Amino acid sequence: MDALLFALFAALAVLCAISMVMQRHPVSSALSLIGVMGSLAILYLLLGAPFIAAAQMIVYAGAIMVLFLFVIMLLNAGAEPKPIRQSILARFLGLPLGIALLGMLGYLIQRTVPPDSVLVRFADAKVGSPQDIGRALFTQYLLPFEVTSVLVLIAILGAVVLARKEL
Amino acid sequence: MPTPPAVPLTAYLVVSAILFSLGAIGFVIRKNVITMFMCIELMLNAVNLSFVAFSYKHGTVDGHLFTFFVMVVAAAEAAVGLAIILTVFKNRNTLMADDIDSMKL
Repeated sequence: MDALLFALFAALAVLCAISMVMQRHPVSSALSLIGVMGSLAILYLLLGAPFIAAAQMIVYAGAIMVLFLFVIMLLNAGAEPKPIRQSILARFLGLPLGIALLGMLGYLIQRTVPPDSVLVRFADAKVGSPQDIGRALFTQYLLPFEVTSVLVLIAILGAVVLARKEL
Repeated sequence: MPTPPAVPLTAYLVVSAILFSLGAIGFVIRKNVITMFMCIELMLNAVNLSFVAFSYKHGTVDGHLFTFFVMVVAAAEAAVGLAIILTVFKNRNTLMADDIDSMKL
C-alpha cells in the first residue's frame, strides 16, 4: 500500500511540475503547482508528518496559491508570447545543463543515502504528531518562533508600503 | 504474514531532487515574472520534502520545524514579492522579465 501510494503521488507531483514549467499561461502554471503541493501533502502523510501535511494544504495550497491566482487575475496576465530571438547558447545548453544538475544531485543522494539503507514504513514513524511539534516549537525553538512573528509583521508593513498609490 | 513492500528513503530524496531541478529549469526558461516566482515556490517545496524525509531518518522533529519555518518565510516572501510585482506592473505595464531591463524609467 505504501509503495503504491508513493508511486502514484510521486508520479503525479513530477507530472504536475513538468506541466507547470511547460505551460505558457500563468493560470495553468498556478493550477499545476497546486497539484504538486497536494501530492506533496500526501507524501508528507506517508512520511508520518500529519501536521506538516495539513499546514502544506492550508498555507501553501490555500493561502499562497490563492494570492498568486488573485494577482494573476488582477493583472490580467495572458499567455507568454513566443520568443522573438533566443540566444544559441541558451537553446542548446539549457536542457543538458538542467539534466546535469539533476544527475549531480542524484549522484550525491546515492552516495550519502544508499538505497535499502533506510526504508520508510507508514506505521514506523516515531515523531511528527502536532503534540511533538508544539512542544519543540515552544521550548527548543522558542526564539526562532518569536523572530518569525517579527518577520511576518515586517512583511505586512512592506506589502502595505509597496501597495500605496503614489509609488 | 509477509511485510508489505516499503519505499526506500532514497526514492523520496530523488523526487525532491527532480522537483528542485524542474524549479531551477523553469526559473531560467520562463519569461513571465509571476511564473518565475512560482518556480521559486516549487524549489522551496522540494527542499521541504527533503527536510521531512531526513527527519524521518533521524527520528527527530527538527526537520518538521525547519519545514514550518520555510513555510512562514515563503508566505511572507509571497506577500512582499507579489506587492513588488504589482508595483512594477503599474509603472511599466508589462510582466515579461526581458522588458524590465532598465533601473530607471
